[in-house]
Amino acid sequence: MKGSSVKLSCRGVWKLFGPDPEVFLARHGHEPDNESIAEAGLIGAVCAANIEVREGEIFVIMGLSGSGKSTLVRCLSRLVDPTAGEVIFDGQDLLRASEAEMIEIRRHKMGMVFQHFALLPHLTVLGNVAFPLEVQGIARAAREARALEVIDLVGLKGRESYYPRELSGGQQQRVGIARSLAVEPQIWFLDEPFSALDPLIRREMQDEFMRLQNMLHKTIVFITHDFDEAIRLADRIAIMKDGWIIQIGTPENLVTAPATGYVAEFTKDVPRAKVLSAASVMEPAGGDYAGEVATGDKVADIAARVEAADRPYAVVDDSGEVVGRITRQAVIDVLVGRDSGNGVKP
Amino acid sequence: MTAGTGGIDFARQLARQPLAVWLLALTAAVLFSATTEDLLPWAHKYPRDWVLPIRFAITDFMKWLINDATFGLFTFKEMTRSVSWLLDWPLTAATSLLSTGLMRGQGSDAVQLTPPLAWLAVLGVLAAMGHYARDWKLAALVGGCFLYLAMFGQWDSAMITLSSIVVAVPIGIVLGLLLGVLAYRSRWFGLAIRPVLDLMQTVPIFAYLVPILFLFGFGPVAAMTATIIYAMPPMVRVTMLALRQVADEIVDFGRMVGCTRRQMTWKVLVPSAMPSLMVGVNQVIMLSLNMVIIASMIGAGGLGFDVLSSLRRLQIGAGLEAGIAIVVLAIALDRLSQAFATRSQQMHHERPGNWVLRHPWLSFALAWTAVTGLVGLFLAPVQTYPEALQITTGSFWAELVKYINVNFFDVLEGIKNFFLLNLMIPFKRFLLDIPWVMVVGLVTLAGWRLGGRTLALLTFTLSMFIAVTGQWEKAMVTIYLCGTSVLIASLIGIPIGIAAAQNRRVGRVVQVVIDTLQTLPSFVYLMPVVMLFRVGDFAAMIAVVAYALAPAIRYTAHGVRQIDPNLVEAGVAAGCTRRQVLWKIKLPLALPEIMLGINQTIMLALSMLVITALVGTRDLGQEVYIALTKADTGRGIVAGLSVAFIAIVADRLIAAGSGRMRSRLGLGQEAGAR
Ligand SMILES: Nc1ncnc2c1ncn2[C@@H]1O[C@H](COP(=O)(O)OP(=O)(O)OP(=O)(O)O)[C@@H](O)[C@H]1O
Ligand SMILES: [Mg+2]
Repeated sequence: MKGSSVKLSCRGVWKLFGPDPEVFLARHGHEPDNESIAEAGLIGAVCAANIEVREGEIFVIMGLSGSGKSTLVRCLSRLVDPTAGEVIFDGQDLLRASEAEMIEIRRHKMGMVFQHFALLPHLTVLGNVAFPLEVQGIARAAREARALEVIDLVGLKGRESYYPRELSGGQQQRVGIARSLAVEPQIWFLDEPFSALDPLIRREMQDEFMRLQNMLHKTIVFITHDFDEAIRLADRIAIMKDGWIIQIGTPENLVTAPATGYVAEFTKDVPRAKVLSAASVMEPAGGDYAGEVATGDKVADIAARVEAADRPYAVVDDSGEVVGRITRQAVIDVLVGRDSGNGVKP
Repeated sequence: MTAGTGGIDFARQLARQPLAVWLLALTAAVLFSATTEDLLPWAHKYPRDWVLPIRFAITDFMKWLINDATFGLFTFKEMTRSVSWLLDWPLTAATSLLSTGLMRGQGSDAVQLTPPLAWLAVLGVLAAMGHYARDWKLAALVGGCFLYLAMFGQWDSAMITLSSIVVAVPIGIVLGLLLGVLAYRSRWFGLAIRPVLDLMQTVPIFAYLVPILFLFGFGPVAAMTATIIYAMPPMVRVTMLALRQVADEIVDFGRMVGCTRRQMTWKVLVPSAMPSLMVGVNQVIMLSLNMVIIASMIGAGGLGFDVLSSLRRLQIGAGLEAGIAIVVLAIALDRLSQAFATRSQQMHHERPGNWVLRHPWLSFALAWTAVTGLVGLFLAPVQTYPEALQITTGSFWAELVKYINVNFFDVLEGIKNFFLLNLMIPFKRFLLDIPWVMVVGLVTLAGWRLGGRTLALLTFTLSMFIAVTGQWEKAMVTIYLCGTSVLIASLIGIPIGIAAAQNRRVGRVVQVVIDTLQTLPSFVYLMPVVMLFRVGDFAAMIAVVAYALAPAIRYTAHGVRQIDPNLVEAGVAAGCTRRQVLWKIKLPLALPEIMLGINQTIMLALSMLVITALVGTRDLGQEVYIALTKADTGRGIVAGLSVAFIAIVADRLIAAGSGRMRSRLGLGQEAGAR
């Protein structure tokens, strides 16, 4: 399922705002530090970013406001031209693509959802969703048929003739999602798609999003400033601060091995049982077992079983081999957030 | 201490004493003018021999353009001809539809093939548009306006005017939109067009009537060209602004779905900016209507022509009726276009299958037009409003004027003479007496003090232009008329503005009044003034004051309202009386804003002054007007530019002064009461 082939990657991407950033970068051998950037009167929106987004995964970019998330994702889709670096999509360097090639790639392979929906006010739901196809010059009947399909997919059937302003925020973002899916993109960018919604709706939309992804298996770059959201959705998370990516890893990685105090601070209030897997709280195998759990099982899901048993559970890997055991005490430690001495520090 | 350093010290001290600089300069000026009259006559009166023949050069250039200029493939003349031709046919079509009916043949032996649209058809369709755009109330208002035109016998002229409007407005909108889009897309073009727009909006309209007259000849097409040129600049500005204001996300979205530049402009940016663009559309309509009377000077017929010819013959009644008809037309079109602007907030509707049901309004309009047309063939009152039912107020107004003149002549004459003798004439003398060299010097000094070297250079160059083109005296008359008008407008407007800001009820009334005043075409202000005071400087001044009053009120009210309430509270807490709060806190803080209001007042006053040439002033406006009647391009352009330059100098000086004051008061840089 999760192919390990890389769909989209970037290497050494810089985006500096201000006067003559190229000259500045060249002068500092493409490795300036924060002080010299500030001294030169520049803003380092993205600094030396390296990421690899794998086929079919949800890659979340997470960071506080102003940390450069939007700028990074705009570099990946080349909505802004990076000051330096390369962006490889399907083996092609996007920064070398001509204007016409870029138009083709965006028309057929990329989709984007925006924080404030970016719906066209003069078009109905149907018109908005069909718009990307209209731009490609597809005939009205064909594009409206396709649009109706995706409108149905996001649960907006019956609202086709509404104008955006007649819809609630959640419904508007459903339109935004449907619209970005109309062209069947290979890579799907979502820039804080749920931040403008209130918490209840946000929750509902996250579920909806996961439902869609389970059907569609898109390669996704998802931006958020909400760590809970990141954890709920992400296969892997990149954490950004002041333009720098400070750590990339699975939610569990970030919780168990935060690279810096900054990351640890983020992960502090995370419900650990939902993040940690059996593998990260197990101890060396031995003794006899009440049953088996898989390495990837989340503690929260197995807690009831393990707690109820009077003996530890065996932890088995994909090939069925026992790689360790998980005790009742370990599960309780995770649930109450106590340091268990397993490297799982808050 | 040597004399040299003493001098420098003195200069430094001066720089710290702004008032002292001015006192010194003024004293020098007075001494200079008193002592040098005989010694340096050239410094007092600009010598005739020194006048540069710029206006003749311009005239020759225009002649060359018309007669010899060529762009290789075609000549300039052919170009203007084809433009005329292009404009002529939609105009003919509109006129046939609304006013003359379809004609075959030319001039007096033309035969009418079909009648124009029945008056009931026009009225019905416009009222239906009102309902479509908003509600029954608007339908009633629009219908009422057109009924008024019919009842008061203005229908025929109104339809001629309307046909030029329905052609000029779309062309102005489209051209403005295209230029705006171009300016948005090309940085270079955007930078280039801005000063052109500035100049177009400060050069008095009359001034560009002259070259247009020269290029296109006298007639409806020339008039329409002038209207379009006059009404288009705001559309360009609004378009540039509206496109820039489209949310970044929408632009990103357009790029993400792979729009080409053209798709981006026409499918994403322009439709998203539509509500703001409609503001520009409304402006184009209003400016076109404002131009109606002026355009009739170079050949537009209709209501404008009626006003102008009655004004020339001093038939106040007829002129007033036609003038009011323009206002009525303006109100109807203004409200209608505003309703369309807000209607872009439309709601979804289910689409029934049948064409008629899907387009109920269009179907109604077509059906109504057909029915009234057919019935009109047999039943004359449906086709044309019956003459027997027309009302005329002409005699009423004539009687009123007579009554006023008989009963109030002395009072009015007394007021007029009082102002003339005590204020206007002395001020005029004073301005005409100061040596021109001194004025140029003072203006340059003011530029230097307020805005540094660049501004000084600008004010110097522009004021020298007026001198070397030999228009000094006329310019002084313009300044005198403008100055007295602005003074009086400020004396009236600022207190009203303060009252409006202090008292909510007053504020609301004032708002309605100035909004209405601003929809009136400038010419309309001349009518009652001429009725009361006949022609002359005083009449001109009153008209200018009435026209230019609004911004003084508006900006003052805004300036007082926006004062930080904490500051006022602090004053009250410190035991200030209401009067002290006003004089010591509110007014000083509102001063920069008030100055901007005065600046706007000056701009409006200058544009109105040119129009008051019709009531016999002797200033630059008159010069332009004469040039127009003689089709003397050079003279018109030079005088027109001089008016524009006065406006620009005043504008830049005041803006610089206001900016300095703002920063001294620690207020933000953003300005403007909108
Ligand atoms: N066009 C620009 N010109 C100058 N600075 C910019 C520009 N765009 C972004 N920046 C700066 O770059 C930095 C990163 O901005 P960016 O929008 O990428 O942040 P973000 O993480 O998406 O924040 P948010 O959560 O608020 O959307 C910010 O400091 C911002 O001010
Ligand atoms: Mg962002």
